[in-house]
Amino acid sequence: MPSYVDPSKCDGCKGGDKTACMYICPNDLMVLNKEEMRAYNQEPDACWECYSCVKICPQGAIAVRGYNDFVPMGGMVHPMRSSDSIMWTVKFRNGNTKRFKFPIRTTAEGAANAYADLKGANLDDELLSTEKALKTPTMLAK
Amino acid sequence: MALPNKPLGELPAVANPEVVEHDVDVLIIGGGMAACGTAFEIKKWAPADMKIKLVDKAAMERSGAVAQGLSAINTYIGENPIENYVKMVRNDLMGVVREDLIYDLGRHVDDSVHLFEEWGLPVWKKDANGDNLDGSKPAPKLTEGGQPVRTGKWQIMINGESYKCVVAEAAKKALGEENIMERVFIVKLLLDKNKANQIAGAVGFSTRENKVHVFRCKTALCACGGAVNIFRPRSTGEGKGRAWYPVWNAGSTYTMCAQVGATLTMMENRFTPARFKDGYGPVGAWFLLFKAKVQNGLGEFYANSDAVKEELSKFMPYGQSPVTPTCLRNHLMLNELKAGRGPIYMATDVALNAFLDAKKASGMNDKDVAKFWKHLESEAWEDFLDMSVGQAGLWAGANIEPEKVGSEIMPTEPYMLGSHSGCCGIWTSGPMEDWVPTVDGPRSHQYKWGYNRMTTVDGLFTAGDGVGASGHKFSSGSHAEGRIVAKQMVKFCRDNASFKPELKQSAQELADEIYAPVKRYLQHVGATTAADVNPNYCKPAGLMMRLMKATDEYGGGVATYYMTSGKLLNICLDLLRMLREDAELMAAGDLHELMRAWENYHRIWCVETHIRHIEFRKESRYPGFYYRSDFPTCDDANWKAFVNSTFDPATQEWKCEKVNCINIVETTPWL
Repeated sequence: MPSYVDPSKCDGCKGGDKTACMYICPNDLMVLNKEEMRAYNQEPDACWECYSCVKICPQGAIAVRGYNDFVPMGGMVHPMRSSDSIMWTVKFRNGNTKRFKFPIRTTAEGAANAYADLKGANLDDELLSTEKALKTPTMLAK
Repeated sequence: MALPNKPLGELPAVANPEVVEHDVDVLIIGGGMAACGTAFEIKKWAPADMKIKLVDKAAMERSGAVAQGLSAINTYIGENPIENYVKMVRNDLMGVVREDLIYDLGRHVDDSVHLFEEWGLPVWKKDANGDNLDGSKPAPKLTEGGQPVRTGKWQIMINGESYKCVVAEAAKKALGEENIMERVFIVKLLLDKNKANQIAGAVGFSTRENKVHVFRCKTALCACGGAVNIFRPRSTGEGKGRAWYPVWNAGSTYTMCAQVGATLTMMENRFTPARFKDGYGPVGAWFLLFKAKVQNGLGEFYANSDAVKEELSKFMPYGQSPVTPTCLRNHLMLNELKAGRGPIYMATDVALNAFLDAKKASGMNDKDVAKFWKHLESEAWEDFLDMSVGQAGLWAGANIEPEKVGSEIMPTEPYMLGSHSGCCGIWTSGPMEDWVPTVDGPRSHQYKWGYNRMTTVDGLFTAGDGVGASGHKFSSGSHAEGRIVAKQMVKFCRDNASFKPELKQSAQELADEIYAPVKRYLQHVGATTAADVNPNYCKPAGLMMRLMKATDEYGGGVATYYMTSGKLLNICLDLLRMLREDAELMAAGDLHELMRAWENYHRIWCVETHIRHIEFRKESRYPGFYYRSDFPTCDDANWKAFVNSTFDPATQEWKCEKVNCINIVETTPWL
């Protein structure tokens, strides 16, 4: 289900340092053509349709069209992702539509505790920095 | 219109890239769950002046196998004895596993899960009535006694669309953005010039600018995931991208470690998951949360038939488990398909309606039943939308509503990995503790040699999909394993403070080797008017198809229902030898294509180890994942042992050997 870019919405992230879709694609598929100032998916048959580009695009310019070797035409799955939830619209080939909303995180973006000041105790045992006790196996083979 | 013949893409490659050299103490290669664990943990142990660099082929926020998200954390020990986790993994992987590594993982994994929840990952909980609450509803955290929604014994449900974003955020903050390089693809590890069998660096290139990066380091973690697109996929057109495992995993971990002499283990193991056909959506929640069953083409729920019980009894003790090992479940499904009783359906309709019928039978009024259904339907779709959106897209395109009609499931093409229900990978040391067995002999036979998760090469560590003979760690276990490695790498640096890494080749020699496909392209591009047809070179995309055809037809791919033999395997090895030679003729006109070229080098090598191991092991250890027609049974009397292989970088020779497998956790009862 390769992603594709709507040229009427894409502004090439205005040619900034980071074109959002190009920055995020795990498979290096999204690229910016600087002359047209539009992005495109350069290798649709290597698209995992992870939707990372769709979710991150600030213009909402990217969508997904089902893989042409097994998905009948006309359906569509499209997300709207905010900082704490994601809303999915699932449109069926027959026109029926379903919507689902799921939470995606319970803390503010940037709030993950990195335990920056924590120092481990003993480099020569197997305890990790945030652990208090270490188990060893008891039900041993004879 | 092919004319003019010019590079693909937007970032043309040049013949002479800039070369940048880096000196660090610790090099972290990879950015997935394991590397994020290392990034989070390492500064808690490192002295302030230790130089650490993490290098990721993609962007950490969405890199690795969890890029898309997940609907569950598959390893959370919780209330269970860790020993039972070891028993489960041992049985699922047909007995041949490293129980020390599995136990060790089990005792650390929950701490990582607790961190994920603290960082903001929503974890489903049970309310007082036993109903499911999604992870945004107020409920005690796991550490406060909150009850997770279990599906099976080991898995807990999450709202995991942003799982990787949350984990990467903590990793980046802990390590510092200034110590992270994204869009740099490391393609070779480098040994020290003076000290034998010691890692000294790595080399790679930017996929954004014409730059080669050469690193010198005292210790390195190589954690770049498993291998995908190594066998011909069932969808060979656009749908080739809809691999079950992340399509960008090219076997880099195994190849890079093997090439510097790290011993590999159980490379014969592969994973051919049975998934929803074509979309490759997950089935775990359907089996375990919704209690769905599989039906054959005759409408029979064959899994509990007498014939099946008899078939499973051929694979004792593994077949007797209440949860049939994954490969044997495939085996039963393949028997149905081969007998013409396909297709196999997941009876989603039966399962969902059973929940509704039960609520109605309990006297629930229509309004509440409707409310209950809305929640249940939402859970069913979330399973796909969190981690396999394409499956939802296929259902939408085909007008599939799971409460009305079942969906076909099918075993996929084979994958190589070490963190899911597979266990190929690299032979590593276990923890230096008394309960871990002491074994005489070379490291390739030992269970511990100084640093937990260090490979047989000094200073080279691996984690996640990289560590062999220790499957079922999944996302959470991979993170925990990365944390284990972090501490050990700091320890290695402390113990080897005087070591000064020196490379055998100059930075320029390395750069020339990395950019060889570009030089070849520029030299020969004028010989033809077509971008991909040239008598002097081959393009990465075509070479990958050639690789996948060879493995599919001779190495036990879907073309033969996973059947191969000694004869076929040796033909496969011949084809791979010529393929490896021709890979030296790959050409790349732009940086994206150069990445694809190096991914192919990695794929070819890692599949070759797979085929060598299957050839060496004269039995069929994993019926349902692959079969040898010349040795069709699982032969515990002769082959309940590891197959380990080592490539000698000095002599360029492979050695395969049988290595004793030791049970640490009790074998009676087996489960």
